[in-house]
Amino acid sequence: MNLGYLAYRNMVSKPLNLLLSLLLLSLSVSLVTFVLQLNKQLSGQLNKNIAPFDMVVGAKGSPLQLVLSSVLHIDVPTGNIKLKDIDMLRKHPFVEKTIPVSYGDNYKGYRLLGTELEYLERYNAELQEGRLFQKSFEVVAGHGVSTRLNLKLGDTFTSSHGLVGGGDGHDDHLYEVIGILKPTGSVVDQLLISNLESVWEAHSHEDAEHDESSEEHHDDSHEEHGDQNGHEHEHEDGEEDKLEEDKNLEITSLLVKFKSPLGMVQLPRFINENTSVQAALPGFEIQRLMGLLGSGATTINGIALAILLVSGLSIFISLLKTIRERRQELALLRTYGFHTRQLLGLALLEGVFLALIGFVAGWILGRLGIWILSGYMSATYGYTFQINGPEMIEILLMVTILVLAIIAALMASISIFKLNVAKTLSNE
Amino acid sequence: MVKTSSLTYAYGDEQEMVFPDIDLPLGQHLLIIGPSGIGKTTLLYLMAGLLPPVKGNVAIAGKELDSLSRRELDKFRGEQIGLIFQQYHFIKSLNVQDNLVLRQSILKNPIDKDRRHKLTERLGLSEHLNKKVTELSQGQQQRLSIALGLIHRPKIILADEPTSNLDDVNCVKVINLLKEEAEICKSSLVIITHDLRVMSHFQNRVEL
Repeated sequence: MNLGYLAYRNMVSKPLNLLLSLLLLSLSVSLVTFVLQLNKQLSGQLNKNIAPFDMVVGAKGSPLQLVLSSVLHIDVPTGNIKLKDIDMLRKHPFVEKTIPVSYGDNYKGYRLLGTELEYLERYNAELQEGRLFQKSFEVVAGHGVSTRLNLKLGDTFTSSHGLVGGGDGHDDHLYEVIGILKPTGSVVDQLLISNLESVWEAHSHEDAEHDESSEEHHDDSHEEHGDQNGHEHEHEDGEEDKLEEDKNLEITSLLVKFKSPLGMVQLPRFINENTSVQAALPGFEIQRLMGLLGSGATTINGIALAILLVSGLSIFISLLKTIRERRQELALLRTYGFHTRQLLGLALLEGVFLALIGFVAGWILGRLGIWILSGYMSATYGYTFQINGPEMIEILLMVTILVLAIIAALMASISIFKLNVAKTLSNE
Repeated sequence: MVKTSSLTYAYGDEQEMVFPDIDLPLGQHLLIIGPSGIGKTTLLYLMAGLLPPVKGNVAIAGKELDSLSRRELDKFRGEQIGLIFQQYHFIKSLNVQDNLVLRQSILKNPIDKDRRHKLTERLGLSEHLNKKVTELSQGQQQRLSIALGLIHRPKIILADEPTSNLDDVNCVKVINLLKEEAEICKSSLVIITHDLRVMSHFQNRVEL
């Protein structure tokens, strides 16, 4: 029999002590690893999602909301803007690319996004099967949507108002799934994407139903998208020329990629001060958001650290108690021929076992937390987290805990060196 | 086999205890008798190398104990000496079998299963091998304690009051058992006792 088995038996012979020590340790480990993973994956996903665009222009409101709604698709939009309001941007020398997006409907809780094909290019989205949309009411489905809704090529559906499941339907316009995208690990996975005209047509048609006097295709009925702007410019005169017509069409926002860094410096300020629309910088807003989350993470890490210290103390005290209670058994082992260093090894093994089991249990608990959160997030926001293997920093954490446990065990074992075998065995 | 010369020991500032010299040849047994408190157990611990003498020395199997390092002494004791304590000492987190295996495992040679089976059978412990030590009766604990002192075939068996808690019938049983086992292992038996019932079974005796 080796000392490892004896250490193990000793450990499990006091299940309540063991449970308390393990509980404290694994709780602190799970908190730390959970927060680390969450922070890392969240900021990774956010950065990946905002990377294709430098600026987003939309209706006035909160810039963070604009970024959350139009780039990350986890919030409601600030309102709509007219194409003519942003016309100057499309030709601006600092601007490399502009992509309009328009949305406001969903299918079973997944957003229908009207945009241009370039949007997909910006996210490096590739087709898994089918083809890209060419005309209205053709839809390519993100990988996550197609998997979860079990969409296949040729499937048709009608959209519903609003951005969450339910709501009134646009029963008269049938969308057809003509393409399914490969997974991109970005927000595209959670979207149903069509051309802009689909969104315009769906809403104009519906508006006509509501209001017989308006002419089809001329009006805009984007109340659903963002109520603020909807009523201000309801029905245009049907005799305007096509260009004017186009310029009065509305989109939810315009995603902008700069050609020159100067754009980043000058354009947002110019837009915010001189136009009726607002510009927001996704990078800046997300940094701000992560800063807010970061202080939360720091707080949780502080709590976890405190628990970690308490758990170290509990391991120390439990080992100290164990060694005191087992003085006679340790003395007996000395008469069996075990020498002091082996007895020390016994205490160390027990400490190391505790630390390892506590760490592994805590790590699994932390990942379980990520998994549960991922389920919740994907149902609510379409965000999923991966269950990653151990990270470098977590291995460092484990080493730290092991060192702590070894120190605690050594400190608790000092009495082993002073063990008076004869006296201990004689005293009952 | 066991040789002591001018052994002296003192607990703290108390008066020194001076023990008579012992010279026990291989295979012979010895009874150490005397009233309580005279230092019988102290002598046993001195002989086992668990207490360092103030003066004098102990030689077992030709080896002077004070010539060994602490670590060598631990090893030597584990291999050559079998201790049977007055109060039973077991590893409580291990069952009966594992207590015996642990005692055997200090020896470098592979663990002698046969020895364990036969010994536990002779001591009537075979049916209790998977029990916790705390589940054993007094008599069973006594027999396990004896088994732990014998299982590694020590050259010398040091037994401290092995019969003090026993009735007449069991007292005789235990004495015979110890003698038999010593015979099988060709060991020397040193029994410390103040139990008159033990006297008639042994010729060699030292009185403190």
